[in-house]
Amino acid sequence: MAKKVAFLQGNEAAAQGALYAGCKFFAGYPITPSTEVAEVMSVELPKVGGKFIQMEDEIGAMAALIGGSLAGSKALTSTSGPGLSLKQELIGYACIAEVPCVIVNVMRGGPSTGMPTGPSQSDIMSAKWGTHGDHPAICLVPASVQELYEETIRAFNLAEKYRTPVMIMPDEIVAHMRERIVFAEPGEIEVIDRTAPTVEPSKYKPYDTSFGDVPPLAAFGSGYKFHVTGLNKLPDGFPTTKAEYVQAEEERQVRKVEGNAADIMKWEEYLCDDADIIVVAFGSTSRSARFAVDEARKQGIKAGLFRLITFWPFPEARLLELSKKAKGFITPEMNLGMSHGVVKAAVEGNAPVLGIFRVDGEPINPGQIIDKMKEVK
Amino acid sequence: MSRYELRFSGAGGQGLITAGIIMAKAASIYEGKEAVQSQSYGPEARGGASKSEVIISDGPIDYPKVTRCDALLAMTQEACNKYSDDLKDDGVLLYDSDLVTKLPEGNFKKVGFNIINTAKNEVGREIVANIVALGAMVALTGQISKENAEKAVLSSVPEAFLELNKKAFNMGYEKALAAK
Repeated sequence: MAKKVAFLQGNEAAAQGALYAGCKFFAGYPITPSTEVAEVMSVELPKVGGKFIQMEDEIGAMAALIGGSLAGSKALTSTSGPGLSLKQELIGYACIAEVPCVIVNVMRGGPSTGMPTGPSQSDIMSAKWGTHGDHPAICLVPASVQELYEETIRAFNLAEKYRTPVMIMPDEIVAHMRERIVFAEPGEIEVIDRTAPTVEPSKYKPYDTSFGDVPPLAAFGSGYKFHVTGLNKLPDGFPTTKAEYVQAEEERQVRKVEGNAADIMKWEEYLCDDADIIVVAFGSTSRSARFAVDEARKQGIKAGLFRLITFWPFPEARLLELSKKAKGFITPEMNLGMSHGVVKAAVEGNAPVLGIFRVDGEPINPGQIIDKMKEVK
Repeated sequence: MSRYELRFSGAGGQGLITAGIIMAKAASIYEGKEAVQSQSYGPEARGGASKSEVIISDGPIDYPKVTRCDALLAMTQEACNKYSDDLKDDGVLLYDSDLVTKLPEGNFKKVGFNIINTAKNEVGREIVANIVALGAMVALTGQISKENAEKAVLSSVPEAFLELNKKAFNMGYEKALAAK
């Protein structure tokens, strides 16, 4: 049988990906340019026995997300910059309480209300440092409608596997762009469910590390009772300030992601092997970069593209390796240098890193990238 | 690899994003080519500048926006002034002749007819002006067959308005050929 295809918008594809992953709960508050994710979920979730709730604001939505997930549902919210800022306190709560959930954040111009309909890539630092304190961070940055669909499925898998919030951050161009999408058949893409406890309810501890760095998570309502708090906690979930627990727990929470970075990180190398100049890009900007790389090769410039698909954890080791041969790196981005700093740190001075920063609501075009390549000595 | 770039421009509320989506859908789903549609619009629900861009190609499309325009639709003078700079010499400009009176300089082909008035008076509803324009763009660009474009139109509009949209599409197609 021929596979199901459709001509879909990025945001619609994200919602379809969530449904494929088995998402049964959405809580959110509408905001441009992410609203279509919520629209599709509001129509589709009731059909599969799920629940959609529009909360009073983004803070309430994030709180509801945590509740929905603790009750056993795979949970999704969607938002954009100002909404992400409001969600941050509770994203930290989900990190420390180790509650799996997925946040689609469509990047628009900022800070504050910024430019609601304009594209941007300026929330990537917010994905890692937006909520205070040390905590794990996973952020995916797809570049096409098909990839947004597939990466949303992967976002759920990572959230459930590592018991942690996962952010997926398309820029406005990717989120509002339409392309043909080929839907996966049931079973074609792996879907991971969280590990449920096997011990009897009276023996259950929600943070029992004898099961490993990611302890099983019971669903409320399934007979297991446990305590959930934003305070540093003991294996049974009750608060503690005991030094040996706090230190070990914080380290474990970060280690869940950093220690499994090889499983989480994903990138694509295009013509990087013999490249003198490597463009490091993500989202819609990586599409401009690929166009530029092809044009540059025609002009005799040995250019390559390192396309980030996972932004956090960041593949610094691979970039360090590539920097030993490359003459220079270019970071085109719709912000004032967020990935530029990260790439610079990764390459440890082995090669210069030139930035192209644009925050005027216009995409970075291939011509700008080719011009910048000519500045690399 | 052939890359054909179209831009539908005008004011918010004229249905230009929809016209772009249908064009891209026709190319991608019915014509078997690759297509990407993107858009840029202001915060207003009505009015304000609006544009929808479509790239059609035989192979995968990387940059999703127009680099040098092959075909431009301008439904307002403002859009025509703003978006005709990167139109290729062998490109085509389609404009509403009642609304765009000052034409840009350039060697590209210029085709105009009263698009909105055709929708209003000859098709019967002003709301289908975007479909009249779409029919004309299909005729002028030759990127997709008339049949595939019509299929995309009919699969994209509410059932109660199939005939109206079919009439609008065909009227636009014929008028563009006549004005060419």
